Amino acid sequence: MRGHTAELEFLSPTTLDDALEHFARGAACSKPARAFAGGTDLMVQLGARPVDVSQGPFVNLSCLAELKTIDVREDAVVLGALTTYAQACAHPVVAAEFPALCLAARATGAPAIQNRGTFAGNIANSSPAADSPPVLMALDASYELTSARGRRFVHADAFHLGYKKTELAPDELLTRIFIPRRNSLETEWRMGYRKVGTRRAQAISKVAFAGALRTRGGMIIDVRLCYASIAPVPLRVRAVENFLRGKPTSASGTGATETDAQAAVALLRSLLCPIDDVRSTADYRKEIACRLLADFLLSESEERSPT
Amino acid sequence: MNNTLKFRVNGDDVEVAVPPMARLLDVLRETLGLTGTKEGCGEGECGACSVLVDGVLVNSCLVPVAQVQGGEVLTIEGVALHGAGAGAGAAATPPALHPIQSAFLQCGGAQCGICTPGMVMATVAFLQDSQKGTVTEESIREALSGNLCRCTGYVKIVDAVLAASQGAKP
Repeated sequence: MRGHTAELEFLSPTTLDDALEHFARGAACSKPARAFAGGTDLMVQLGARPVDVSQGPFVNLSCLAELKTIDVREDAVVLGALTTYAQACAHPVVAAEFPALCLAARATGAPAIQNRGTFAGNIANSSPAADSPPVLMALDASYELTSARGRRFVHADAFHLGYKKTELAPDELLTRIFIPRRNSLETEWRMGYRKVGTRRAQAISKVAFAGALRTRGGMIIDVRLCYASIAPVPLRVRAVENFLRGKPTSASGTGATETDAQAAVALLRSLLCPIDDVRSTADYRKEIACRLLADFLLSESEERSPT
Repeated sequence: MNNTLKFRVNGDDVEVAVPPMARLLDVLRETLGLTGTKEGCGEGECGACSVLVDGVLVNSCLVPVAQVQGGEVLTIEGVALHGAGAGAGAAATPPALHPIQSAFLQCGGAQCGICTPGMVMATVAFLQDSQKGTVTEESIREALSGNLCRCTGYVKIVDAVLAASQGAKP
C-alpha cells in the first residue's frame, strides 16, 4: 500500500457550508485546504511526488449533494462542480445544445476517467493542456467561485492568470459552471472542437482547439478562438478574433472567405510562441494550431472528430 | 490515521480500518485479499485495476477508499457469481463463468492475463449500458479505450466482446 497516503488528512463534509468553513480555516492559517472531486488528476500527482505534509487537508467534495446537479435554466445550463464528463454527455440538453463540450469530454481520458473526472476539477487544476477550458471559453461560460465570504462570477477566459495560477482565492471553491444557451440567441453560433494527441483516448493533447463563430447577414459578427497546450494558460487569441469580426462570410455563409482565413492564420502564426516539451515540439504545435484554425474558418459544418 | 469505512464488495458487507486516501486498489488487494484486480500503471492509463463502483466503471488506483463509503463495489471475483448458474445453493459448486468470461475464453481474448480482469470489467460496464444489437466494433474499441493489452493486439478481445454482446444478456 502506498504508505504516504496514511499521512494525508481527508475531510468529508456533508454540506457546502461545512466545506467552505474548511477552506476559510485553511486560508486563515496559511495552510490552504485542497478541493478533491473525482481524483483523476490528484491521485496521479500524489503517486508521482513526495507528499507535502506542510499543505492543508484535502476536502472531499463527493458528499455535497448541492454540487451534483445539472440545472437547465431559461438562459443557461448550470453544471454543479461534481458534474462528471460522462454525466454531462448523458444529459439530453447538454448533448443537444453543446455538442462541442461533449466532444471535449469524450476526448478526455477514457470511459473510466470520464466517469470520475469533473469539469470543475479540470478547470481548477489549471493545466494548460486541460481539455475543457478552451471549449468552455468558446462557449462564453462563467465560473461561480464561492467562499464563506460570499460568491462571485468570473468569465472562463479571465479565470486563468498564469501557469497553474487562477482567480481562485485560498478560501474559494469553484462551485458551478454557467453556460449560456445558444438557442436563446437570435442567430446560430457554429462551434468546433478538435484535439490532436498521440492517440484518440488517454492522450494529453499536443494542441487542442475550440472555436465559436456567429454570422448574420453575410457578416461574421462574433468569434471566439481558444486553444490548449500552446501557452502557459488556456489561450484565447483575441487579436485574431478582432481581425475576423466584421469580415464578410464565405459564399456558404458558414465561415470566413479564403483570403480572410489565410490572413487570420498568418496573424495567428505571428502571435504564437508554444514550447518544446515531452509531448510535442514548438514548431509542430504552431503548425497544427494554424491548420486547426484554417479548418474551422473554412468548414461548412460543426467539427465532429476528436484527434 | 485510519478511518473505519463500510461498503459492499461483490454483494458482501465489508468494514475496513484504513487511511481515507488509501487507494481502493490497495484496499481490495491487500486488506481484503482480492488480488484479481491488478495494478499496471498506477495512474489511470492502463485499466488493469478497473472495477465497478455503484455500477460505474472506474480505475481503482485513482479512487481514495473514503469515496466508496456506503457504496457497492464489483470486482472480477464477483463477476462469475453474477453469471448464469449462480444463485442459491451455488456456493458449494464452483461458480459458472459469466458469459463475458466464456466469450474471452472461446475467442482467445486473453494471453498473459494481466489485463484480462480489467478488460472483463470494462466489458461488463459497456454491455450493461448497451442496447442489444447496437454494439459495433467501433463502440467496443471506444468502450475499451482505457484498457491496454500488450499481447493480443486487441482483435481477439474485440471479437470476444462482440460475441458476448450477441449472446443472451446476463
